[in-house]
Amino acid sequence: MSDSSAAPAVDLRDLRISLDGTPILAGVDLTVATGEWVTVIGPNGAGKSTLLRAVGGLLPAPDAVRLFGTPLGELRRRERARVVATVAQSPVVPPGMAVLDYVLLGRNPYIPPLGRESAADLAVVHEVLDRLDLTGFHARELATLSGGERQRVFLARALAQGATLLLLDEPTSALDIGHQQEVLELVDQLRRTHGLTVLATMHDLSIAGEYADRMVLLADGRVVASGPPDEVLTEDLLARHYRAHVRVIPGPHGPLVLPTRPTLKSR
Amino acid sequence: MHDVLKRGRPVAPAGAATPPRPAGLRKRWLAAGVLAVLVALVAGVSLGPVSLPPGSVAIELLNLLPGVSLDSGLTEREIAIVTELRLPRAVLGLLVGGLLALAGGAYQGVFRNPLADPYLLGVAAGAGLAVTVVLTLGVGAGGALSGLPVTIPLAAFVGSLGAVAMTYLLGSAGGRSRSPATLILAGVAVSAFLSAGQTYLLQRNAESIQQVYSWLLGRLATAGWQDVRLVLPYFLLTSLIILLHRRELDVLSVGDDEAASLGLHPQRSRYLLIAAASLGTAAAVSASGLIGFVGIIVPHTVRMLAGASYRVILPLSLLFGGAFLALTDVVARTAAAPQEIPIGVVTALLGGPFFVVVLRSARRVLT
Repeated sequence: MSDSSAAPAVDLRDLRISLDGTPILAGVDLTVATGEWVTVIGPNGAGKSTLLRAVGGLLPAPDAVRLFGTPLGELRRRERARVVATVAQSPVVPPGMAVLDYVLLGRNPYIPPLGRESAADLAVVHEVLDRLDLTGFHARELATLSGGERQRVFLARALAQGATLLLLDEPTSALDIGHQQEVLELVDQLRRTHGLTVLATMHDLSIAGEYADRMVLLADGRVVASGPPDEVLTEDLLARHYRAHVRVIPGPHGPLVLPTRPTLKSR
Repeated sequence: MHDVLKRGRPVAPAGAATPPRPAGLRKRWLAAGVLAVLVALVAGVSLGPVSLPPGSVAIELLNLLPGVSLDSGLTEREIAIVTELRLPRAVLGLLVGGLLALAGGAYQGVFRNPLADPYLLGVAAGAGLAVTVVLTLGVGAGGALSGLPVTIPLAAFVGSLGAVAMTYLLGSAGGRSRSPATLILAGVAVSAFLSAGQTYLLQRNAESIQQVYSWLLGRLATAGWQDVRLVLPYFLLTSLIILLHRRELDVLSVGDDEAASLGLHPQRSRYLLIAAASLGTAAAVSASGLIGFVGIIVPHTVRMLAGASYRVILPLSLLFGGAFLALTDVVARTAAAPQEIPIGVVTALLGGPFFVVVLRSARRVLT
């Protein structure tokens, strides 16, 4: 492994992905520094989820993706799962599974293939449940939880992996505005207390801009803008790439993007 | 002081109490499973045209253990009925029932499909066709069914793997839009296709119809120790592989993508488990013919009663599946005595209504 203290958490060089012959990512360059929160935005079909899947090792891109200096292709699956944890856009909820058992799945990369969890694995799980205020929920079935509680449980499983790189694919798309803020505040706290690096995709641009250190605008499989939120969330860029009519006004923690109805010309 | 801080939580974790444990096989459920097996064994040996006192039968069974010699009060003839006729039949019932239930539970986990079962996936039909081919064409069997040559389980294994591969490919043909029901529909189509092949073969080889049908309707009736010896190695291998992977089946339950991001190799685990479950099904089918629904009834009952984790479902399915089939066999040979009802008929009579229950509870998963 190369010098991991200096290497960025994520380093993408000319990442190209095609699915069923259709190019989805057409040469993406992107770095995420350790401890940074970078949010990828872009219109539907821009390749945001594909980007996250490639970083998470779910798509073949062995040389184009480096995590903490190591090419993805050099990491074994279990090693990779200790480095990068993913919260999927709509995670599968296994019928009948209790919260404790679900969070314990996060320890899979540490449990010997045919073995069982150790006391240390259980200790990590209990610590994570405690940290996310889920201790009282340990025996509850995942399917019976509310959306906000469930999102905390999904996060808990990712944290139990002990990975320092967290990939969040639309982490708040199923939540109301209060729970959106609750979950994102929690991620931000964990980022500080656990030294996590966050790479997320989000649709709500105002909220995305409030939490991200840096934003990347993806369109047609290419990075078309990258930088602090107030450089990426501009009326010009959003109009061009989202074909959206928006007003951008300065807010306390970043620009606020307001969709406005296009003027009807032929009236 | 710590406790004071934590008092506000929904359920305060008490310092001295043991922290909550993950899903796993609890001792009382294991004990219940072992008890069910023992009850089924004693009942299977006691009940029949000549009823024997269960207490004496239990003593006679203990006598089979090394270093035990007790007086059961049974005559020589009754002891022969116990050890040579009924015991091998009950033991074969335990092995076959355990295999079918375990294979059903494993298929349900691997395909993430509550309706997966050796029969609905066409696996049993594949094994049936392959065995029919061997019996009618006499390939390697030399016409001797009674000896149950090794050829039959091997042919059944090849047939079951071929069938599960066909079902899987046909079921995936719908691409991303496929639902769990697609797989079952594919299984039904594959079953029909293979059964048609079997019927055709039988019609062309009328002289073997008798032989094949007596096998198809269930062979527990003619079971001897040689059948037990033949199934036992497959039983051990299948159980070992599937039980060792029971935790991985829980990981697979979050889907391939998430399982892969948790460090698992989903396809590798899936193929290994499919092979193991198909081997178990093949061994069960080649020893006892076509006995349906055990792979649905038993794992689902265990799931409802003892928990949804495969760490619980699989070992308990093995035990309760065995007990279930051995007891069903008692019903099959006593309900219409002196005639025997084919055991597959009894399991189907029980399984049909049960299937409706499973369908209703699985509706959410299927839509």
